[in-house]
Amino acid sequence: MLLIKCPWCGTRDESEFSYGGEADIARPATPDTLTDAEWADYLFMRKNPRGLHREQWVHAHGCRRWFVLERDTVTYRFSATREPG
Amino acid sequence: MRAKASSPDKGDSGGMGKQQPNRLPRGGRIDRSQPLTFHFNNRACQGYAGDTLASALLANGIDVIGRSFKYHRPRGIMGSGMEEPNAIIQVGVGADTVPNLRATEVALYDGLTASTVRGWPGLDFDLLAINDFCHRLLSAGFYYKTFMRPGALWKWYERCLRKASGLGVSPQLPDPDRYTHRNAHCDVLVVGAGPAGLMAALAAAKSGARVIIADEQSEFGGSLLYSAARVAGNSADEWLGKALTALADCPEVVLLPCSTVFGYYDYNFLTILERCRDRPAEPRQGLSPSPPEREGSKRQGEIRQRLWRVRAKRVILATGAIERPLVFPNNDRPGVMLASAVSHYIHRYGVCPGRRGLIFANNDSACQAALDLAAAGAAVAAVVDCRAAGPGAIADAVEQAGIDVFRGHVITGVTGRKRVRSVQVTPVSADGKTLNGASKTIACDLVAMSGGWSPAVHLHSQAGGGIAWSEAHACFIPDKPGQDNVSVGAGNGSFALDACLAEGQQVGLDAARQCGFEPVPFSTPKTVSATVNPLQPLWRTPALQSPERSPKQFLDYQNDTTVTDVRLAVREGFQNVEHVKRYTALGFGTDQGKLGNINGMAALAECLDKPIAEVGTTTFRPPYTPVAFGACAGMDVGQLYEPVRKTPLHDWHEAAGAEFEVVGQWLRPWYFPRAGEDRLPLPLTKKAGARGAETGGEGGDRRKPFATLSLAAQAPGEASAREDLPEAVARECLAARNSLAIMDASTLGKIEVQGLDAVAFLERIYTHNVAGMKIGRCAYGIMLGEDGMLMDDGVMARLGERHFYLTTTTGGAAGVLHWLEQWLQTEWPELKVYLTSVTERWATIALVGPNSRKLLQGLNGDIAFDQADFPFMSVRSGVLAGFAVQVFRVSFSGELAFEINVESDEALALWRKLMEAGGQYDITPYGTETMHVLRAEKGFVIVGQDTDGSVSPVDLGMNWLLTEDKDYLGKRSLARPDCRRADRKQWVGLLSEDGTTVLPEGTQLVEANTPGGRPPRLPLAALLEGSRLVGKPGRARGRARPIPMVGHVTSSYYSACLGHPIALALVSAGRARKGDHIHAALSDGRYVKVKIVSPIFYDPKGERQHV
Ligand SMILES: [Zn+2]
Repeated sequence: MLLIKCPWCGTRDESEFSYGGEADIARPATPDTLTDAEWADYLFMRKNPRGLHREQWVHAHGCRRWFVLERDTVTYRFSATREPG
Repeated sequence: MRAKASSPDKGDSGGMGKQQPNRLPRGGRIDRSQPLTFHFNNRACQGYAGDTLASALLANGIDVIGRSFKYHRPRGIMGSGMEEPNAIIQVGVGADTVPNLRATEVALYDGLTASTVRGWPGLDFDLLAINDFCHRLLSAGFYYKTFMRPGALWKWYERCLRKASGLGVSPQLPDPDRYTHRNAHCDVLVVGAGPAGLMAALAAAKSGARVIIADEQSEFGGSLLYSAARVAGNSADEWLGKALTALADCPEVVLLPCSTVFGYYDYNFLTILERCRDRPAEPRQGLSPSPPEREGSKRQGEIRQRLWRVRAKRVILATGAIERPLVFPNNDRPGVMLASAVSHYIHRYGVCPGRRGLIFANNDSACQAALDLAAAGAAVAAVVDCRAAGPGAIADAVEQAGIDVFRGHVITGVTGRKRVRSVQVTPVSADGKTLNGASKTIACDLVAMSGGWSPAVHLHSQAGGGIAWSEAHACFIPDKPGQDNVSVGAGNGSFALDACLAEGQQVGLDAARQCGFEPVPFSTPKTVSATVNPLQPLWRTPALQSPERSPKQFLDYQNDTTVTDVRLAVREGFQNVEHVKRYTALGFGTDQGKLGNINGMAALAECLDKPIAEVGTTTFRPPYTPVAFGACAGMDVGQLYEPVRKTPLHDWHEAAGAEFEVVGQWLRPWYFPRAGEDRLPLPLTKKAGARGAETGGEGGDRRKPFATLSLAAQAPGEASAREDLPEAVARECLAARNSLAIMDASTLGKIEVQGLDAVAFLERIYTHNVAGMKIGRCAYGIMLGEDGMLMDDGVMARLGERHFYLTTTTGGAAGVLHWLEQWLQTEWPELKVYLTSVTERWATIALVGPNSRKLLQGLNGDIAFDQADFPFMSVRSGVLAGFAVQVFRVSFSGELAFEINVESDEALALWRKLMEAGGQYDITPYGTETMHVLRAEKGFVIVGQDTDGSVSPVDLGMNWLLTEDKDYLGKRSLARPDCRRADRKQWVGLLSEDGTTVLPEGTQLVEANTPGGRPPRLPLAALLEGSRLVGKPGRARGRARPIPMVGHVTSSYYSACLGHPIALALVSAGRARKGDHIHAALSDGRYVKVKIVSPIFYDPKGERQHV
C-alpha cells in the first residue's frame, strides 16, 4: 500500500485517497471552436508513461482537497506534491 | 509479549507405546502429560500437546497420507513445515472445515478430525492409480492437449478433473469463527526467529528500537529447535531460552509466534497472518453444529486468526532456507524425507520416522540426521554421498557411530510402493554425471535426503529485490533489495550457525542506527563449528536407463512434475522458464515451487544446455502461503460489511410493516403491505371480457383492476416476466392519482451552493439557464459528463441571489459532490463557491395527489399554498403546523405535489401530524416501487436505471433542457458525430400487444420479422455452450439464426392506473418509429410483440401537476 503525502495533512495510507488521473489537462476555453479531433484529444487521450507521471489525487477520506503528485510508474515513488491550479 | 514457553518434558507417561509405535520414550518439546485423541480418515489416533498433525501421524506409524495430483501415487510426509508438498489434508467438518492445510502446520488438539483431500474414492483402493501406469496420456501439457476438443465438453472434463485431483472441499456453511485485523507501526520488523532473526531482533531492541518479530512456527528458534550445536557454552536449547528471555525483557518488542509474514508491499507495508487459535471454538450450548447459524451471529470469544498490517521503517528478512530434495528414480515413495525434517521430528517431537534410515546427500548438513537417528536408537544403514571426498569433519562422528559412509555414490533406485523397502546404490564419477560401478541393494525404510538449501527469497523478491545465482552454494540468493530491507542468515545464503548469529547482530545494530537509535553493541555468542566440505551440485542422479524409460524422477511433488515433463516441454518448443512452468504446472498449487523450483530450473538448464543463472526463476507473488478468506475479510462481514443508513422516519415505516429495499446504502420503504393483501404472481392475464374495462377508478374501487386479474396458465419451466407484483403497490399508486399519498424522500442528495460566483459555477455544470432563474423558483436540472452523457439529475432551487439548493439522486449524492469539488478545486479555483452537503440535515416528505394542497391549507402556518401564490416549480420557506420548513412545489409523479424539507429531528413529529390530518383523504404512505410506477407512467427518467452512462440527453428527448448560448460540461461532445448518429438508441415507451405481459427489465428488443415468434431450434452444442439465443451470428447450419437487435427495455411495470403493463425502452431511432411493432425476446425463448409509443403514458399534456 502506497504512502501518500497530502500537502495539507501529511503522509497517510493510500486508502484515504482517490485517484483523479493525469494532471495538467486544462479544459479548453472555447470548446465550440475545436475540431472533433481536438476535442477528442482533450476528452480521451491520456499519457501512459513508463517513468515519471504527473497526476491528480484527492484526500477523499481526509481534508477532501485535491493536489498534484509526480509518481514514478515503475518504482511507485513520489517525487513532488503541490496544490492544483 | 506472547512467546510461548517451551515445555519439554523428559519423561514418558507410559501406556502410549502401542498406539504410537514411532514415539521415542523420551525427548521432544511435547507435553506428555497431555495426551490427545484425534481422528485421521476415521481412524482413532493418539498424540500429545505440542505435536503437529504430521508429527502425530508419524508417531502413529501412518505412512500414506495422500495420493498425488496426477498419477495418484501414494505419498507420505516429506517435510516438517510450510514446505510440505504431500500431506495436504482437510481438517474439521461442517462450518469449521478447512481444506488444503499442510499437516505439518496444523497444531494437534483433542478431538481434531482430519482427512485426506487426495485419493478419490479411497486412500487404499485408488481407482485413479491406473493413471500411474498410463502416464503417457498425462504428460506435460496434458490439460491443454487432451481436454481442449471439443471445447463444449470442457465443463464436463473440468468437473471430473477437479474430483480426480482432489482439491479439497469448501465449507458449505458460514464461517462461525471470528477474525480480526490490526494495524501496527514499528522501527524494525524481523521476519523469522531463527538464530539470525533472533540476534537481529535482540540487537535492534537492545538499542531501543520498536521491534516486531514474527515466525511461522509455534515456537521461536528455527534451526536451534533441533540443533546439536553449542552456543556460547550452552546447548542450543539453553541458549535459545536465554535469548528469548532477554528479548522479552526489552521494552517495545512484540513477539509473534504462529505468524506468517505472507506479503511484502510498497513502502515497507507487510501483512502477517497470526494463527491465534488453531482449533475451532466450541459450538454454543444447545446448538447443534449442523444448521447454518445466522449471518452475523459469530461465535463469542477468542479470535481465530488476526491479520496484521504493518508499516515498518526497516525490515530484516531472516526467512531461512528450505532444504532441497534430490532427484532420483521413485524419489517420492513414502519414507523418503528431507534430512532436516528427520532431525526436526526426533528433536522437537520425540518421533523417529523410521526404523532403518539411509542418508543421501550432496552436502554435510544431512549427516546430522544420521547422528540423530542413531542417538534415537534407530539403525542407520548408510550415508550415501555423491561427493568423492564425502562429508567433512562430521564424517568422523558418523563413522565412529558405526555407520557406513559411501563416498562417491548415488541412489539409482527405490523399491517399495507404500513404503520404502530398499534402495539401490551405485558408484558415480567425480563430476556426478556418470555411473561407474556395480550397484548394490541396501535395505532401509527411511531415506533422509538433502540436495542443499534454497534461501527463502520470496519476500525479498516480492519487495522488488533482485536475486542472483550463487555458484558457491548452488542456490539463488537475494541481490539488491527493492525497498528498505535486508536479508540475513540462511535466507541470505549464510548457512553456518556462527555466520547467522554474527550477521544477525550486525544488521540489527545497523537497523537501529538507521531508525535513529544509538546502537548498543554486545559480544557475539561463540559456536563450535566443524570444517565442512563444499556442496557439490547434483541436480539429477545419473540413471541406469534414459530418463524416459526410468521410473519417475519427481521435481515438483505437489504437481507431479517430473524430469521427463520438463524435457518434453523443451522438445515441444518451450524454453522460457515462465512458459515451462505453465506447461508443466511446475511450481503451481499451494506449494508454489518451494521444494521443486530450483530442481526444475536445473532440469530445464540441462535440457537447454545453459547455466542455471541464465534460465532464471519465476516471479514470486504474495501470499507466501495460503491465507483464508475469513482472515482477509476480518470483521467486515455481516452487518459490519457495509454501513446501513436509515432515515429519521425509519422506525415509523418499520412499525407500519413496510417492506424495505436497499438504495445506495439507504434502507428505503419499498411498499407498505396491508393485512390481507396478496403478493400477486405474474404474469397477469385478465379474464375474458374484462379487458380494458377499468382505468383508474375511484375510492372504494381502487382495487378493482386487480379483482379481475388471475394467474395465467404457465407452462412448466416458463420463466415469467416479473416474479410478482405486490397488491399494495397498485393501491398506493391509485391513492396518489386519486386522493393523497405520502412518501419519505429524505434520502435524496442535498447540496447547498453559496458564494459570489455561484451562478457562474452552476452555469458551467448544468445545461439549463441558471442565471435566468428568479429567487424562489425551482428548475429541473441535469448534469452531463464531459463525454456528453447524462450523469445525474435533480431539482435546483434558487434561495437567494448567490444561494442555491440542489438535489441529486439518492445513489449519486456523494459522487456529485465529489465531481463538483473536483471542478472547483482543479479547474476553476478562481471561483468563489462553497459546497455543503445538507443531505442529513433535512428530512424530506413528499405529499402527492389532488388533495395534497387541501391538506396543507388545513394546517396552521404562514405559507400560502394556492396556485397564484405558490405556482408549480417554486419554493417557499415558513412555518407549517409549528415546524420550520422549506416547501418545494415539484412533482415526480405528475400529480399536484409538494416536497417538504424539515429538520431531521422534527421529521417524525411532522409526519405523524400529516398522517393524522390526512385521515380524511385516506392518506396512503407509499414506497419506492410506487414512486417508480408513477414516474414511469409520466415518462420521467431514473438515472442509472433508464441510463447507463452511454445515454445522452438528446437520446432521452431532453433537448428542451439544453441551452444553446452558453458552454457547459459535455456540451461540445453532443456535437461529436457519434452523438448525432441517426440510429442512436432513443428513449421510447412500449406497450405489449397482448395487453398483459409485463416485460422483464433488460429484455432485448428485436425487429418484428422473427420466425413466427417461435424460438429457433437449438443444436446440442449451443446448449452446452450456453449459447445466446439472440444476436449470435449463425455461421454453421443449425445454429441460432441472427436477428437484428434494436434495443432493450429499461423500465417495466404493471400500471394499475391505466390497467395494463407499460414499459420504457431504448430503441434505435425509436422516436421516429412510433406506432411500429417490434418484438421483445424473452429469455425463455418466447417473443412478445410490442408497439413503440411515446414514453409519456399518463396525462401527456402535464395538466394535473399545474392545477
Ligand atoms: Zn489532506
